[in-house]
Amino acid sequence: MIHWLVMPVVLPAILAPFIILAARYHIGIQRVFSVVGVLAMMAVALGLAIETSDGTVMLYQLGDWAAPFGIVLVGDRLSTMMVLLMSVLALFVLLYSIGSRWDERGRHFHVLFQFQLMGIAGAFLTGDLFNLFVFFEVLLIASYGLMIHAGGNARLRAGVQYVLFNLLGSTLFLFALGAIYAETGTLNMADLAQRVQLIGAEETVGIRVAAVLLILVFAIKAAVVPLHFWLPSSYAEAPAPVAALFAIMTKVGAYAIIRVYTMIFPVDLEVTSGLHGTWLLPVALLSLAVGAVGVLAAKKLDRLVAFAVISSMGMVMVAVALFTPESIASALYYMVHSTLAAGALFLIVDLVRQSRGHLELRIDAPVAGAALVAALFMVAAIAMTGLPPLSGFVGKLMVLNAAFDTEFNAGPDVWVWATVLIASLISVVGFARAGSILFWKAQSDAAPVPETEREVPSALSFAAVGGLLTLLIAHTVFAGRMYDYTTATAAQLFAPDRYITTVLETPGKLSDPSVGGYEEEE
Amino acid sequence: MSLLLIVALPFLGALLPGLMNQAGRAACAGVTFTVTLAAFVGLLTNLPAVMAGDMVTFRFDWIPSLGLNFTLMLDALGFFFATLILGIGMLIIAYARFYLAREDNMGEFFTYLLLFQGAMVGIVMSDNILLLLVFWELTSLSSFLLIGYWKHLPEGRQGARMALTVTGMGGLAMIGGMMILGQIAGSYDLSVILQNRDIIQESPLYLPALILILLGCFTKSAQFPFHFWLPHAMAAPTPVSAYLHSATMVKAGIFLMARMWPVLSGTPEWFWLVTGAGLITMVLGAVIALFKHDLKALLAFSTVSHLGLITMLLGTGTAFGAMAAVFHILNHATFKAALFMSAGIIDHETHTRDIRRLGGLRHLMPITFVIATLAALSMAGIPLLNGFLSKEMMLEEAYRTELFGPWWMVPALAVFGSLFSAAYCFRLIGHTFLGPKRDDYPAKPHDPPAGLWLPPALLVVLVVVIGVAPFLAEPAVKGITSAVLGGVVDVPTAYFKIWHGLVPALYMSIVAVVGGLIVLALFNPLLRLWDATPRPEAKTIFEGLVEGIVGLAKGLTLPLHNGAFSRYGAVMAVTVIIAGYYAWATGTVGAQTRVLQPAGGIEIAGSLMLVAATLGMVFLHRNRLLSLILIGIVGLMVSVGFVFFSAPDLAMTQITVEVVTTILLLLALNFLPNETPIESTVLRRMRDGAVAVAGGVATMALSYHYLLRDAITSPISEFHLANSYKGGGGTNVVNVILVDFRGFDTFGEIIVLGIAAVLIYALTETLLNGPVRARLLNRTPDKPLAGDMHPTMMVVMTRVLMPVVMMVGFYIFLRGHNEPGGGFISGLVVSIGLVMQYMASGYSWTTQRQRYPHHGVIGAGVLIAGLTGIGSWFVGKPFLTTDFTYVRIPPFNEFELATAVLFDLGVFLAVVGAVMLSLDGFSRLARRAHVEDSEHAMDINPAREDQETPKGQGA
Amino acid sequence: MEFLVASAIGILTAGGLYMMLRMRTFPVILGISLLTYAVNVFLFASGRLTTGAPPILTDATVYADPLPQALVLTAIVISFGMTAVVVMIALGAYLGTDDDHIDDADVPKEDAT
Repeated sequence: MIHWLVMPVVLPAILAPFIILAARYHIGIQRVFSVVGVLAMMAVALGLAIETSDGTVMLYQLGDWAAPFGIVLVGDRLSTMMVLLMSVLALFVLLYSIGSRWDERGRHFHVLFQFQLMGIAGAFLTGDLFNLFVFFEVLLIASYGLMIHAGGNARLRAGVQYVLFNLLGSTLFLFALGAIYAETGTLNMADLAQRVQLIGAEETVGIRVAAVLLILVFAIKAAVVPLHFWLPSSYAEAPAPVAALFAIMTKVGAYAIIRVYTMIFPVDLEVTSGLHGTWLLPVALLSLAVGAVGVLAAKKLDRLVAFAVISSMGMVMVAVALFTPESIASALYYMVHSTLAAGALFLIVDLVRQSRGHLELRIDAPVAGAALVAALFMVAAIAMTGLPPLSGFVGKLMVLNAAFDTEFNAGPDVWVWATVLIASLISVVGFARAGSILFWKAQSDAAPVPETEREVPSALSFAAVGGLLTLLIAHTVFAGRMYDYTTATAAQLFAPDRYITTVLETPGKLSDPSVGGYEEEE
Repeated sequence: MSLLLIVALPFLGALLPGLMNQAGRAACAGVTFTVTLAAFVGLLTNLPAVMAGDMVTFRFDWIPSLGLNFTLMLDALGFFFATLILGIGMLIIAYARFYLAREDNMGEFFTYLLLFQGAMVGIVMSDNILLLLVFWELTSLSSFLLIGYWKHLPEGRQGARMALTVTGMGGLAMIGGMMILGQIAGSYDLSVILQNRDIIQESPLYLPALILILLGCFTKSAQFPFHFWLPHAMAAPTPVSAYLHSATMVKAGIFLMARMWPVLSGTPEWFWLVTGAGLITMVLGAVIALFKHDLKALLAFSTVSHLGLITMLLGTGTAFGAMAAVFHILNHATFKAALFMSAGIIDHETHTRDIRRLGGLRHLMPITFVIATLAALSMAGIPLLNGFLSKEMMLEEAYRTELFGPWWMVPALAVFGSLFSAAYCFRLIGHTFLGPKRDDYPAKPHDPPAGLWLPPALLVVLVVVIGVAPFLAEPAVKGITSAVLGGVVDVPTAYFKIWHGLVPALYMSIVAVVGGLIVLALFNPLLRLWDATPRPEAKTIFEGLVEGIVGLAKGLTLPLHNGAFSRYGAVMAVTVIIAGYYAWATGTVGAQTRVLQPAGGIEIAGSLMLVAATLGMVFLHRNRLLSLILIGIVGLMVSVGFVFFSAPDLAMTQITVEVVTTILLLLALNFLPNETPIESTVLRRMRDGAVAVAGGVATMALSYHYLLRDAITSPISEFHLANSYKGGGGTNVVNVILVDFRGFDTFGEIIVLGIAAVLIYALTETLLNGPVRARLLNRTPDKPLAGDMHPTMMVVMTRVLMPVVMMVGFYIFLRGHNEPGGGFISGLVVSIGLVMQYMASGYSWTTQRQRYPHHGVIGAGVLIAGLTGIGSWFVGKPFLTTDFTYVRIPPFNEFELATAVLFDLGVFLAVVGAVMLSLDGFSRLARRAHVEDSEHAMDINPAREDQETPKGQGA
Repeated sequence: MEFLVASAIGILTAGGLYMMLRMRTFPVILGISLLTYAVNVFLFASGRLTTGAPPILTDATVYADPLPQALVLTAIVISFGMTAVVVMIALGAYLGTDDDHIDDADVPKEDAT
């Protein structure tokens, strides 16, 4: 079937309104449809990943219009990998939100969830910048809904800030798009990549500003310091499963940066020289440090994890900024790791909240039967802080290795090494403090948490968390395979010609097949 | 047995104790013991190969492209350490089974212990140094768990965290060192690295690599200045102290130095760092140990001291030094583990470890007395015990070593160290066992069951055997030494006998022993002196340091992330402006390519009006209603601008959206306070003003810049103009783009609207079912409500208008494809018409007469749009492919019918549903807030008998 | 005329930014709407300015660039949805806490760590 590529978008887009129409008062039916939908999307994503694994670039011309005039979806190794990652994460998050009954605490959880997936999938797949904007809006507005799901004052206040911050981001996105269209007269990424080449050295301000604005937009999504301020409170206040799902949202920003950086404004492009090529690495290192320090400083567990997310995004961006095939490959490997780890951690945070009744990092009365939660927390923390033997450590080695390769045996990039190693030490200390405060029974003079504030997590919740951790372990055990895969992906990113030609030279409605694309119009 | 299995067994076995926990303590310990025994036997099966001198290996590719592979190797050195780990491990397990109290969770304990054991075996068998790092950090983690095993002891928590922090830091440093080493050697496999001594030592990166790796070794093996964590790790149960913190884990650093000896040693840097640190540690540890009253603390510092001794021997870089080191590792493991276990026994029996409260125990615990005494004497270096032999070698090596100036320096220090070492050994014996029996022991001491004293006894047997017949140990030690030397130098043909003749070493150890006795005799005055001298307390320093760092982190983080959106926004704006300016300033500005269009009076007037409205809004924004009106004017001017610049569709959309938005904001304002108080300082407002002006200038410059220039090539929209009619069947290109060329955008867009509505609905539900409900019910409107809220005139008007509005909406919808208009606009128009009914006739009246649920309308809309898109699949076309035809229905003219119209219908429905559902949400809040409600359309209705006017009917 | 439009964009942006930095939700929301106007005009102007030639196919030769118009139309509708949402959430937050401050820092009872 030729329509696979559009499925990840269409599937939830049909499912969600159907739920609204047919089952808006029946949580049970909603759950069934939601799970089935995610499973189906996972299957599709898997198929796409296999389809593209040999380097094929899949193209889907919406409305049968050829790029750049119409909108196209493009499936290459990177985008399909991200969609697959998203659907896998989504499955376990969904199971958890069902198991923990989070989805009952407000209306329309599953509808918003499906729309959220649609937006993310579209953002990964689209080959058109304005369409990327539209999908950003879809995933954002869905995320607003999920973030304030179940209400509560603190959550709503945080929600207001989250929404406003992202509205600013969207406005910035439009400014960037306007500038880009004004300079190049196109919106299609591949086309843009070609037209940018035409710009001469005598007239560069326009495209330079446009490029910077675009990267900044994605940097906001990727929570790169100093554009990260929206993240801690919104992730901490969001319902746990939602926060876990958000683990993939920061990756959307990272994905977009990788895409734009590799294809449109590569580091060797003259007209944009000295911009992100110069500034991305310092700010990435800064994010890494700020996140780690935040982990040490946090007074509540959910904040701690939020800062850990910032830190791991910093790690990803460091690898991206090094901008070698090795480093991009490591970035992709680490991205998968940090998505799964962050997702698992946020769910575990919720388990802790259920058993303790609160998330304050203070000595508290012992909690009965916290052993399992403690063990899960330990595993996830080990992964997140990059201690052996889990994928965090492997990913860290990859990044350090890449930082070495960037300078030919002149020794490692000292800044990168120092920051990465010290940052991980700091977060180890932070997590160790938190863990020993939470799980090692202290002087029991503190009053035990009243039963009313406690809940007993359901088996399904544990199963969901266990599933994510199992994936992490698999990601470690098969690190060799994964790394080869990401390496091949990076190679494809560094040779975008096939992508570009596939997008631009596939004829569509009314475009003369003999000459590809739009040349006839020029 | 395969090496993999030997390493894997403890890890797999770690699952069992937890399971067997219910089956009872004996079963729990039994299964642990069996696992270890199995691994041990497996190890022994490799003995012949190792003795034959060939290397047993195992290889499994993990991440080949990174050079991190699961490769194991077993040579004499590895075998030696593995034997220590597993052999002593078994004794410890047996001991722990009797040591642990009833209330201790034995399964948990043995699980951690096995994890540690596996990691340790992994370290000594790793061939790949990255893999070694993995196991290395695992030992840190498992020791973290073991030290904190007694969770109720705060010192346990602190000790555990301290150990993890220090060793973790070392581990991270070592990651760096190992990676550099691997990069130099071109491989992470030890077998390769060990062959590249010259390349490595000549490399400019040798020194950084060495320092980083030694950081790892020193932290792990508690070498000065990282020695302080080890004594605090003594909060752990005694079996742990005996196992991790004397016999095995702390030897990991030593092991690594021995492993790396062939490639790293022999340089002055190595000599200075390693020997220096070792010497200092040895002396320091010995001196402190003498004055410790806690048995375990004393032993801990003596361990530190002996580790220093071994380190020093490895540092000298001579073959003899290496051999002495190996020999002492063996001896120390035997007598120190025995001593720790004895200390544990004493603690267990007398319920105290304070030497000052002990004494005379030899009468009560003869067996323990014998065991401890022999072990202690061996540690003191008394002939016929194994400690004597290796200490002799050490002294001899020290005698030949020159460091820090004069030739007698090192020997003197060595003697000084062993003098104190002897002293604390004698004190241990004397103050604990000898002397008169006391009657104030916390508990009634007597010898423990065999389970407790047998393990140390076995070790002491070794102590004596080696001590009396050293030649038994000679082949093994030499074999191991050759493995350490790695063929760089030959194994010394040194003699393993008790009497070496009158060599300097002999005099030195006589001095040490005698001096030790003298020091003990002078113990009390010395103690007073010691207590009088101020010393830095490592623990307080460390805790203070950590707390300081945490405080710093808090100070850096919390004020910045305190949820101050107005600052976040400012930071973001400034960042964007600066980055944009940087990009602009570093770029080049080309020539203008477009001619300016003249501006007439009307345009100027219009833009002035816009400016005035904007500024007015900024300055008068404290009055919220006024600012709402002003922003309405702004929107109006913008849409006029759209008309002027030939964008009719935009203008219509803008206007209609404007209306709906205003209604919405009015509804919101109904709740919010009407005034915005002055809160920000003048300074703050100036800052904001500066940011704002900068941003304004930026966008102005950017837009002006491109308004004067053409795009580098013709924009893609030329294609749309050219093919709108041909391919889209519409003459209104904008609409064709929306529903056809870029229909996918529109699809996403209506979904955004749909989500917005669903979100608002969900939120309303949540609010109305939450505490807010009560607030709303008790809320009294701050303004008096109009007596006649639904004036007859208005009601009538809106009723009359309704069909007209519908017609207009329908008309706009139909013409959309060819003339300005389309699904959105008509959708908005129609919803405005509906909203008017709500406003005029009241909520309940209208809802009663509203037949379709908004939800349904939205869902239907999105579905129709989506299904229209899918429809094209059935003709084998991609999603959202349109088709059109021309039909003629008399008496109308021929008109064109495109599938896009269906899509547009979906848009229309979605818009109507979304707008209605959103406003509905607000109205329900408003309604809840007021008192009564009437299903009547009009408050004053001549047809109605009751003339009373229901107050407070809202929305 | 180009200058007029550019300056209009500038003024709108400046006003929007200033309002966006206020302390209460309502002005901030208005500020966002101002910024939306600014960016809509900005995006619209990226098709350059054409008078009297709407992109309705006739026998004319020159038309205004239709693409930015379509984009702006999409943007307008999306931002309408967004405004509705943010107003509602802000309202909910206000009704819950009787406080429409935008900064948590100004709310003592909130744990702003």
